[in-house]
Amino acid sequence: MNGFLAILRRDLSLALRQGADSVMVVAFFIVTTTLFPFGVGPEVNILARIASGVIWVSALLAAMLSLERVFQADYEDGSLELLTLSPVSLELLILGKVLAHWLTTGLPLIIAAPLMAVMLNMDQNGFAILMIAMLLGTPALSLIGAIGAALILGARRGGVLVSLLVLPLYIPVLIFGAGAVEAALLGISATAQLQIMAAILLLTLAAAPFATAHAVRQAME
Amino acid sequence: MHRFAKPSVFLKFTAPILPWLSVLTAILIAAGLYFSLIGSPVDYQQGHTVRIMYIHVPAAWMGLFCYVGMAICGAMSLIWKHPLADICARATAPVGATFTALCLITGSLWGEPMWGTWWVWDARLTSMLILLFLYLGYMALVNAFDDPERGSKAGSALALVGAVNVPIVKFSVDWWNTLHQPASIVRMDGPAVDPSMQLPLALMILGFTCYYFVLLILRVRLELNERRIRALHLSGMFDETATPAAAKDKAYEAGHNAEAKQ
Repeated sequence: MNGFLAILRRDLSLALRQGADSVMVVAFFIVTTTLFPFGVGPEVNILARIASGVIWVSALLAAMLSLERVFQADYEDGSLELLTLSPVSLELLILGKVLAHWLTTGLPLIIAAPLMAVMLNMDQNGFAILMIAMLLGTPALSLIGAIGAALILGARRGGVLVSLLVLPLYIPVLIFGAGAVEAALLGISATAQLQIMAAILLLTLAAAPFATAHAVRQAME
Repeated sequence: MHRFAKPSVFLKFTAPILPWLSVLTAILIAAGLYFSLIGSPVDYQQGHTVRIMYIHVPAAWMGLFCYVGMAICGAMSLIWKHPLADICARATAPVGATFTALCLITGSLWGEPMWGTWWVWDARLTSMLILLFLYLGYMALVNAFDDPERGSKAGSALALVGAVNVPIVKFSVDWWNTLHQPASIVRMDGPAVDPSMQLPLALMILGFTCYYFVLLILRVRLELNERRIRALHLSGMFDETATPAAAKDKAYEAGHNAEAKQ
């Protein structure tokens, strides 16, 4: 547990000292969302209709773009090798790194999401569900993304590759995340979608650290 | 199983099988094509369009079959470090991707007259499209490393992670009630397809499966032979000047030089 907290503190302080990373993710999210009104036209009804999907897709892309940060720097300066050699289980350390990634990208996105929802004229009934769905969905995105980030360590053109690997696996989160908000907007209970999202989160929480640790060990061989 | 892990055993073992399997494939597909194009009745609703099914369904089956095969090979290469399993997984990916693409294309051609649209965002269509993306991601990942060994290992892990999509494709039509019809062949209470259509369908599915194995054996043999040639090159067994082509080039060059001098 100490190792877990230590790596969490280390990654968080690294992210906070550089600072720009988290801000950049949120800025990317806001800019991408802002592109849609230009693309589909400023009609209020259309924007309100597509708001939940647009916010989810933008959040997905923003979370994906920041994935490289999870392992790449540690891989290049060799500290990842030391982490794999440490007596603390690598799975636990990876969980700490993923949590740090979520705290510096997922959480800011959840805070920024209602702002974009207002700008896209989304109905207020959906706000609470949107935030709950993102609270359940974004950790799963970080967990799935960590697998992709670990697989591409040492690959050529890793940045482009990770999108091809990770985005297909993100689709379930997108479907149920947008579905939950949609249900709330229609006045139906969104419990079913939220439960499925919780299930996805639990499943990835149980399986992803092992897959990621395996991929990291391979990269170290 | 592990006995065949030795490449030389595989080469020896598959050499006599390959011609027989190829002939069997040709017969099955020829018979399947005859029955599906000529020897089967037209559908009372769909007319001749129903014949697209005899390509579409086997292609969809092969898309899933190849992915499952690839994931099993990936698991085998991760667990037992089977050298052949790696090669098999790599060899399967492009074949599976092509079958999946074929399934999507024929489905689209079939959907236009039947549903009135080339594409719908139906659960089965979408999950099949994701399957294609997973294949493409696998192929991109495997080829992204300078060390092929590392590429295979990363690919194996991805194939296993992506295997969650296979049950989603299979059961999507039961879980979500959408435009694509529910399962009609593999069902608890027997197939719902008319017997006259079952025969060509079964022939085509068998033919496609055999075709895949022919391709698999060919591709694995190709890869093994390529490795052998590479190893021979590295060990210096092949002298560049000793091959007939190189010798010819040299002779030509010499003649050319002589002409230029005159």
